[in-house]
Amino acid sequence: MTTTTPPLIVVPETVSGRKLKAQMRALDAKTKLSSPWASGIAIIIALLWTLPTIGLLVNSVRSQPGPSTSGYWKFFNGPVNFTFGNYSNAWTGNGGGTPLSSYLLNTIAITLPAVFIPITLALLAAYAFAWIDFKGKNILFVAVFAMQIVPIQVALIPLNTIYVKFGLNTSFWSIWLSHTIFGLPLAIFLLHNFMKEIPASLVEAARVDGAGHVKIFLQVLLPLLVPAIASFGIFQFLWVWNDLLVALTFSSTNTSPITKGIQGLTTQFASAADVLPAAAIIAMIVPLAVFLSLQRFFVRGLLAGSVKG
Amino acid sequence: MTDQEVMTRRPVNAPPKDNNWLTPIVWGVVAAAIIGIIWSGWTAGSGNPILFNNQKTHNWLVSAIFNPTSPAQKIFVMILAILLFIVVMGLILWLIDRPRVPNGVVVAGFLGPIIIALATGLLWSAIKTIFQSFRKFDQFGTDIGWNGFKNYTHFFTPAFSNMLVNTVLWVFLVPILATAFGLVYAVLVDRTRFEAAAKALIFLPTAISLVAASVIWKYVYYSPSAPGNPQVGILNAIVTAFGGKASDWTLHFPTGTVALIVVMIWIQAGFAMTVLSAAIKAVPDDIVEAAKIDGATGMRLFRSITIPTIRPTLVVVITTVAIGALKTFDIVNVMGGNLPANNIIANGFYNNLSVQQYGLAGALAVLIFVIVSPIIVFNVRQMRKSEAIR
Repeated sequence: MTTTTPPLIVVPETVSGRKLKAQMRALDAKTKLSSPWASGIAIIIALLWTLPTIGLLVNSVRSQPGPSTSGYWKFFNGPVNFTFGNYSNAWTGNGGGTPLSSYLLNTIAITLPAVFIPITLALLAAYAFAWIDFKGKNILFVAVFAMQIVPIQVALIPLNTIYVKFGLNTSFWSIWLSHTIFGLPLAIFLLHNFMKEIPASLVEAARVDGAGHVKIFLQVLLPLLVPAIASFGIFQFLWVWNDLLVALTFSSTNTSPITKGIQGLTTQFASAADVLPAAAIIAMIVPLAVFLSLQRFFVRGLLAGSVKG
Repeated sequence: MTDQEVMTRRPVNAPPKDNNWLTPIVWGVVAAAIIGIIWSGWTAGSGNPILFNNQKTHNWLVSAIFNPTSPAQKIFVMILAILLFIVVMGLILWLIDRPRVPNGVVVAGFLGPIIIALATGLLWSAIKTIFQSFRKFDQFGTDIGWNGFKNYTHFFTPAFSNMLVNTVLWVFLVPILATAFGLVYAVLVDRTRFEAAAKALIFLPTAISLVAASVIWKYVYYSPSAPGNPQVGILNAIVTAFGGKASDWTLHFPTGTVALIVVMIWIQAGFAMTVLSAAIKAVPDDIVEAAKIDGATGMRLFRSITIPTIRPTLVVVITTVAIGALKTFDIVNVMGGNLPANNIIANGFYNNLSVQQYGLAGALAVLIFVIVSPIIVFNVRQMRKSEAIR
């Protein structure tokens, strides 16, 4: 973008000749970074990063047995062998295996509560830590903050014992609860940061008007936090949708999400090879759509530290 | 909080002293819930499940809640969960939203749910896993007594040398190379005409699952075709086109690990690029201008101005990616063919978990915990620093 160049053009009347020369040189330096070499390297990196995905996309629409007998680039110089059959076979489970539609339904059933519940709980907790005074607040906040260092691997086995004891191991509840627990520490920390940025005068004004904590939370703070909620919401959504570890550990045959379904397809590669590319594309569509449409919030969350440690 | 604030709040929120018996009762309920969950988890294995026994037959509603099979049951239980959550939380908020409720009860309403969830789900679970990492388990996952440090020393043997070496490779190569690619790309496309589109291309892999990424790369590393047939994988096609010999890229140590690490770099470079790009744009213009007037150009400007200014961000990115690389097992699980040649600690954990070797799995989980904690502490410190600069 050229936002910094116009001043350079305006200044000549006010600057000495020597300085002007230096500024021209600076302009050169700037253009040097976008030299043909630099563009060439950038294009090569971009190609390297895009080609594997394009290969999968092409393979997903090739008629069988194309994808497993020749490279995807053969698609372009052979007879026309375009088909959507792989997608319909993957979707309906034609040719054996669980239909992908059922895995996708499980993923949706897992994702919606597993995003909604932790964000709501984290918002409440973040509010309490930011705007309610009580004894032991600092210790409790540090304790919650410190929970971020616990890797989820450490929690899986004991959680599973608890779920089995309650009889939840064939249900969605175990998966919802796990994602809620694992998402909470970071969610609280981030939303607390956003919550702290809201001017205290707003909250004080509401208090003077006689509003209690619940009213302040719902009517004053919540509307202001919508961008923050969107930022973290996208992250939680992508984690849950793309998760494999929690799915493999806690989901049963009836509750397996799409990631586990595709992992299953890859382990029986020979027989499932026909539908594998199409299945992977189906699994990617929703997160990519969400990502592309809400990229602004995604980047904001990223810069605020929304990366699970 | 200043005295003045307390004074303005007192008429609204401060409770009359006489009904403060409510606070200990409410917190007692929270504590009872925590103890109850821990107790039931501790005694698990004995007796029947508390809520649902999937050995018996149940009616539509009960099996929808605990063992959904049909699409209708799944959608029903999903909506039920969200509504139930809204009703319960709404009820809690409604109960504490009245003038005479003591402050301690209000706090319990806001914080009680997450205290129960974190105390049982993370804190207690971590403690129990550490405990279990010193116990011995038979092949059915039954605890059969103390095992000392044997679960740990089990992995520090020649049989697991690949796993440890691979983990080290993952933790160092992924962050360094992903950050390098991300940084170079961020600088190259910075302030060019196609910046937004060019960045989106690299950033896209961040959004997809590691499982899908593994499938994408499966067709890059596809095993060699029989002699005379065309290659399926693009890598083997390129290698043979240049007269090389096609090979199985993901089967052997250490090329297999390098091949899998490339996939992780492919995913993480977008993250590194986005964060570093923002940091580069935040480098103050006057510093850059001053350096340019002093005659610094291109590479030199980058080395002596840009890099030092964004160093805290660089450290945050590298450590964040390193933490991810240490804890991620998806790629190894899906692409690595479960071969010892490609194993890493996080994958070893899952393998032991899936065969109910809870002691060995626990030891690896604790190992991840021990390695990852100092990195996270360092990461958070650096993040504070880089925020202070920004």
